[in-house]
Amino acid sequence: MSASRVDGVLVTLIAGAAILWFAPAGMGRYGTYVLSLWLVTAVAVMGLNLTLGIAGLKSLAQAAFMGIGAYATALLTTKAGVGWFSAFAISGALCFAAGLLLGFPALRVKAHYLAFVTLAFSTLVWLVLRNEQWLTGGVFGISNIPRPVVFGVRTDNALPFHRFVVAVTLILALILWWLVRSPWGRAFLALRENPVRAASLGVNIRAYTLLAFAIGSAYAGFAGALYAPLVEFIDPSPFQLSASFFLLLMVVAGGSGYQLGPFVGALLGVVLPEWLRFTGGLYLIIFAAIVIGLLIACPQGVLGLIERGWTAIRRRPMVGNTPVKDAV
Amino acid sequence: MAEFLAYLIAGLATGAIYALAAIGFTLVWQTSQTINFAQGEFVMLPAILILAAVKLFGLPVWLAVIAGIAAFIALFGWGFKLVIVDPMIRHGVLPLAIATMALSIIMKEGAKDGFTAEAQRFPSLVPQETVSLLGISISLQHVAIIIVACLAIGALQWFVTQTKTGRQMQASAQNPNVALILGIPVAQMVMLTFLINAALAALASILISPIYLAKFSNGEVIGLFAFIAAIVGGFNQVRGALAGGLLVGVIDSLAAAYISTSYRLAVPLVLLVAIILVKPEGLFGRKEERGV
Amino acid sequence: MATVLEVEGVRKHFGGIAAVDGVSFTVEEGEILGIIGPNGCGKSTLFNCILGQLLPTAGRVKLDGADVTGLNPEDMNRRGVSRTFQLLQVFPELSVRENLILAGQEHQGTMLGRLFGPRDAGLTAAADRMIGFFKLQHLADARAGGLSYGQQKLLDAAMAFMAGPRLVLLDEPAGGVNLTMLGDLKERLKAMNAEAGATFVVIEHNMDFVMSLCTRVLVMAEGKVLAVGTPAEIRANPAVIDAYLGH
Repeated sequence: MSASRVDGVLVTLIAGAAILWFAPAGMGRYGTYVLSLWLVTAVAVMGLNLTLGIAGLKSLAQAAFMGIGAYATALLTTKAGVGWFSAFAISGALCFAAGLLLGFPALRVKAHYLAFVTLAFSTLVWLVLRNEQWLTGGVFGISNIPRPVVFGVRTDNALPFHRFVVAVTLILALILWWLVRSPWGRAFLALRENPVRAASLGVNIRAYTLLAFAIGSAYAGFAGALYAPLVEFIDPSPFQLSASFFLLLMVVAGGSGYQLGPFVGALLGVVLPEWLRFTGGLYLIIFAAIVIGLLIACPQGVLGLIERGWTAIRRRPMVGNTPVKDAV
Repeated sequence: MAEFLAYLIAGLATGAIYALAAIGFTLVWQTSQTINFAQGEFVMLPAILILAAVKLFGLPVWLAVIAGIAAFIALFGWGFKLVIVDPMIRHGVLPLAIATMALSIIMKEGAKDGFTAEAQRFPSLVPQETVSLLGISISLQHVAIIIVACLAIGALQWFVTQTKTGRQMQASAQNPNVALILGIPVAQMVMLTFLINAALAALASILISPIYLAKFSNGEVIGLFAFIAAIVGGFNQVRGALAGGLLVGVIDSLAAAYISTSYRLAVPLVLLVAIILVKPEGLFGRKEERGV
Repeated sequence: MATVLEVEGVRKHFGGIAAVDGVSFTVEEGEILGIIGPNGCGKSTLFNCILGQLLPTAGRVKLDGADVTGLNPEDMNRRGVSRTFQLLQVFPELSVRENLILAGQEHQGTMLGRLFGPRDAGLTAAADRMIGFFKLQHLADARAGGLSYGQQKLLDAAMAFMAGPRLVLLDEPAGGVNLTMLGDLKERLKAMNAEAGATFVVIEHNMDFVMSLCTRVLVMAEGKVLAVGTPAEIRANPAVIDAYLGH
């Protein structure tokens, strides 16, 4: 039963990518931009889902890592003349290394110290982005960030860039899907569910915890590398601490630990506000209130809620002809 | 030297305010394992509520202060415990911590959209003057903050150690199961710490807002410093949170004066990382056992 | 026969109270040592001190002659000492087979090898052998969290044996297990000892279970060793009868 569900994830990912490839038809520039932003955000949320949902660690610096990735890519492509693909790899590697450096001292003590260290890091990154004008442009930011050329095709227009984002997101999602099903994924899950027992089975708690956090952070770097050419202009404000909180709420809203959760969470956090334009600035409040409601009623998020509803329907003997079989 | 002492006093004043926030944070953590990521917003909001009462309802300042504090304690002491903490704690510490992040967003955005995004002047209890003493110019406001905060913390310490209710509260924090067996109303005691936390936050808000103005985004820095103060102090003691708060305040003030104003925030952050590296149990904390 | 484990004068104080107060004993290769004693006599604390969950206040723990005092649980496990806990500790979200694979995976290869190497080579087969040995075949793909309590206890014990350990410490394996399951469990543990030559130490309250399973029994009271001997000797020991069996 579990095997068929996991394959469901794979099928959904590929089918979703195919739909999104063609989705922007007739949506116009702005609609396409929102779809791309959704996917880019989902990549950052995917990383955080690994850190929080799979390994059970609170990181409050996901937006800061995304900032590092975005600025690294922006600087490398505008000032150093590096190609986007190299910039993308460097962005991820930088965040991976920063994750290791931060996680090492914090996780030595206690898992919840990571929350405070990342909180501090978040503020530090923001300070550097704002103050180091010579490098980051300060509050004026960096503009004219080029979009990549892929196999000789320019992605300057909204649609080709969107398709490029779809492809990169799919690859990143597949890698994560593969990772979670690997022995590492099993160890990540074990250390979330029961670290003491995991240690008694020889699972190197510190190494795996650190890796989960560093890989999760690298995904934020990748998201940043996509974000910079998407918006073409970056400044420090979207990488503040409150943005990191917001990304965490998206993980929870979608369903922490569910592989498709990040897409649902980012949908609620990024796309829904576009449909709910009439709420104006109140959308953040509405979203936060929804998350609190979800946490009280169903901490497993929207996907948890759906799963619960689905099993409830299937258990009802009147529906369908399949006999109600209890696996337990 | 005179200059240094002036910065020291200013640092002690803001430090006393961080201490108030850190003590509340620690109390709530002790009794209910709530890591309140909205603690900074808890200090930001009361001043906004008071100003709103003045501007939107036309209350006189003294009445607005009373009404604002009362409303805040009811909403974010009693209401916070009842609506957010109680239903969430059965799911574990993590969802609760995330819920407080959501709460911080609601409070911040609520203050911005419901009141104003501009920084507002906030009435001060004492005249904004400086007096010269032995060649040091001292702001009366800073002195008043230190005195009020010390009185409040002293009163809290007296309450916790000298009264029956206070000792029951302490017992509930240290070992709720034993406290229950001893017939202590643990649930009420936990609620009491939430009310105290809200009261301390309201006091901190009234003290800090005349200096930094009342603004929806103030909570970020205050919250960060309160966390740092609590961790530096040891995470589990009122004494530690007090010392941690003062230390962070002084370091911040001196860093702003002597290092760099644009990186003043970074110095306490470095202190935090240093503490975690060198003495993770905090300056006043006890080492925790490797536990099963 | 070689000595696998030597515990020398281990003490553990919590505040002023000595939970374990100078305990010494040895475990020989191939034996099953039972540890009994009233609640709160320090049995589980002793396990935790041996395995590094707690640091002993004083005393030494030696494994095959090497001092391993104070090593952390992961290192102890990698040196071939595994354990179960008093409370049930399987991973409910993983299947029975995955639980067993997890229990074995950290003992082979490197971390990078585990990620990029051939997926679970040999481990799945080993897990299935263990499943067969503990007669859990019909549940191999079931979620561990959905198993009955007794089945989970079996799985818990099976996980401890998965990596072919030098020594296994079982903390109340029979606690809460119903009578039919209990027979199964005892038979499986005996077979593990007889066929695979596993050495283990068992903490248990169920006196019949201990007396019929173990080759030697150690009785603890108030943090100290009261007596050590064969089940028959322990049954006849007046001090033991007085302190424990008599109640």
